[in-house]
Amino acid sequence: MSDQARGEVLQSQYLTVNLAHEEYGIDILSVREIRGWTPVTRIPQSPHYVLGVLNLRGAIVPVIDLRLRFGLAREEYGATTVTVIITVGGRQFGVVVDAVSDVIDVASNALRPVPDMGTTVDTEYLKGLTSIGDRMVLLLDADKLLQPQDAQMLEAALNAADDVKAVA
Amino acid sequence: MSSVNIAQFHKVFFEESLEGLDAMESALLALDEGGDAELVHSIFRAAHSIKGGSATFGFPDMAALTHEAESLLDQVRDGRRAIDKGIIELMLRTVDCLRGMFDRAQGGQPLANADSDGLKLELAAAAGNAIPAAAAKAAAKPAASGGWSIEFRPHAGMLAGGNDPLRLLRELAALGQLVVEARLDRVPTLDALDPTECHLAWHLELTGAVTREAIAAVFEWVEDECDLSIEPIVAAAPPPAPAVEAVAAPAGAGAAAGTPRAAAASSNDAGSVRVGIDKIDGLIDLVGELVITQAMLDQFREDFDPSRLAMLQQGLAQLARHTRSLQESVMGIRMLPIGSVFNRFPRLVRDLSQKLGKQVKLDLVGEHTELDKTVLEKIGDPLVHLVRNAIDHGLETPDKRRAAGKGDVGTLRLEAFHRGGSIVVEIVDDGAGLNRDAIINKALQKGLIKSGEGISDEEVGELIFQPGFSTAAVTTDLSGRGVGMDVVRRNVSDLGGTVSIKSRPGNGTTFTITLPLTLAIIDGLRSAVGDECYIVPLVSIVESVQLPPDAVRSVTGGGELFRFRGEYLPIVRLHQQFGCANARQKIEDGLVIVVESDGSQVGLFVDELIGQQQAVVKSLEANYRRVEGISGATILADGSVALIIDVAGLIRLQSRRKAA
Repeated sequence: MSDQARGEVLQSQYLTVNLAHEEYGIDILSVREIRGWTPVTRIPQSPHYVLGVLNLRGAIVPVIDLRLRFGLAREEYGATTVTVIITVGGRQFGVVVDAVSDVIDVASNALRPVPDMGTTVDTEYLKGLTSIGDRMVLLLDADKLLQPQDAQMLEAALNAADDVKAVA
Repeated sequence: MSSVNIAQFHKVFFEESLEGLDAMESALLALDEGGDAELVHSIFRAAHSIKGGSATFGFPDMAALTHEAESLLDQVRDGRRAIDKGIIELMLRTVDCLRGMFDRAQGGQPLANADSDGLKLELAAAAGNAIPAAAAKAAAKPAASGGWSIEFRPHAGMLAGGNDPLRLLRELAALGQLVVEARLDRVPTLDALDPTECHLAWHLELTGAVTREAIAAVFEWVEDECDLSIEPIVAAAPPPAPAVEAVAAPAGAGAAAGTPRAAAASSNDAGSVRVGIDKIDGLIDLVGELVITQAMLDQFREDFDPSRLAMLQQGLAQLARHTRSLQESVMGIRMLPIGSVFNRFPRLVRDLSQKLGKQVKLDLVGEHTELDKTVLEKIGDPLVHLVRNAIDHGLETPDKRRAAGKGDVGTLRLEAFHRGGSIVVEIVDDGAGLNRDAIINKALQKGLIKSGEGISDEEVGELIFQPGFSTAAVTTDLSGRGVGMDVVRRNVSDLGGTVSIKSRPGNGTTFTITLPLTLAIIDGLRSAVGDECYIVPLVSIVESVQLPPDAVRSVTGGGELFRFRGEYLPIVRLHQQFGCANARQKIEDGLVIVVESDGSQVGLFVDELIGQQQAVVKSLEANYRRVEGISGATILADGSVALIIDVAGLIRLQSRRKAA
């Protein structure tokens, strides 16, 4: 925490969303838009949490279900179900959450590390937690949600399979 | 550098000059085959405008070199000197050298190097005529010998001026062979070290034909901020034999000409496309029509009554027609004549045939055939490979040709034309054809086939597309490294095209590349599979059939085959492949679409066909990743997304499964 060491406090804003009665925060700078849930086109051979792709003004954007991503039970989509479109590293993807609730300010010194227990979520997708009043908000690490390294590993494996075939 | 105002014209200047160089090159090649005085004039004009332009835009090195070339050309033009092979060779090297200068100018690097300086002297010598060639070499020699020993001690504050010593070293390394030795004597202990200061010094040894001026020019900006000494290395090392150098340089330049230019071209590509004014006018006309149609349809919004329904329908039909032509015209802007790719071949063929001692006549047909820009950029390398192959392996030496009762000069024909919705490029040579026995032997040796018995000519042709396959007895730098035809095939199929080969023993070989007109929009057949719908590209569809239940044979391992026109084809059930729910299971309830890619066919089992439509291809990879069996996605009329099937990928998948 070098920021704290220098005595500076950085403010950042988070969009909070609800998921299985817990509150999660997504860095607002990576949120591109929030749209109501619309059916998507399924993509074959994708992880179960990738629901499919949707048409975002001409761009083909994958959508993941955050519940499934976190290994929670699937819930029927209702009136409050929304897709949050996130841009990370030039790539866009959508995450489906139960509802959006708020935008909060988080000071960098109010960020706490995640204890390795007690939540329903694998902690590797979290970059910290904070509290707003008596509410606890888990801050998501958006980079890790679609896990490009998964995709890259798969790609590498596919290429390797091609090469094996080429050699044979 | 010149002022900003001039810099903004650099790009246009580069483009025009490169075109000028292309023109010079083709005129020189034509001259080589015996041309008239008009060719000399056109070469002169091109050289003259490059000279003028480079002087205006602040590239004096380029201007100086072109000036020498121009003087020589002037003598030829005035009839004071006859054109001969030597001059043409020299001029071609000048063209290559200028191209290199333009590449460097675009990268903001210094223009002059050993090559250009040497060439300048050679040109001057040729023009002066009084100086014999040997003297020119002698004149060039002092620079060419030993090289230079450079002591470079930057002052401590040099970095603060924004000067990066590493950049200087790189520039020097571009001039010749550079040996760098860092002097660490001034580096203070860690507690006294100020990281913003430069404590290092270098001792450099630069070998190669470099002038002192060229080295001084590298250090021009840091002269006041360093201690610099440039001393010639006393020729303890023997000077490189000039004759060897003179021979090696043009060959190297010729061979290298293809690649760096292509690289430079592609890096510029984001920039611009030159569009003919007629195409723009056509677009404006179409937009005019569209506006009129829109105005007409607008009337109906004001007051519509059912009696005018026919007019409304007519208006909508017109709108559809205009939209389609507008779409075609806009795509047409991306279409460029294949001539721009063909143009590199006269030079390539000339250099190669000289090197191999073969006589080759190159015919280019259909240079005006237009291809999508993306396709055009990627087809160059496969074509170069095929042409090299044809000259290296296909065409014979004059002796062998005479022995086979053919004329001394072999013919290589490149032809591009439209066939249906595709562009076909053929590379035809009248050489020996495929060496059937050599290929079969090699294949046996590599274990690609079990026996040489009963293999059809077609199958022999297919063998050379296998990875690592080469029959060349001697590995040359041209071909025979065993990297080749498989890469050609892969490149072409990445573009959605196919390559096939036809060989007539003793009479030559024909390679046929079939390419789609454009990659951005495809015609597709929308097919339902369960609750989902997939687009099958129309170009790969052979036909669709409904099969009776007994037409399908199951084979061990779970595969299914059906008989189609005398052949057994595997069935790919799309609902299994893609895991679709609620799909029809019985073969008689659905349809089988027979698709083809790379000469192999499979049947895709789908529920039903919905209809034909044009699909604008969107990338899945932009935001997600590659998916096996899917080449992309498109957006349907209702705004939803449909996936496009990658037929070649599915077939590969199928054969992989068969192999496993």
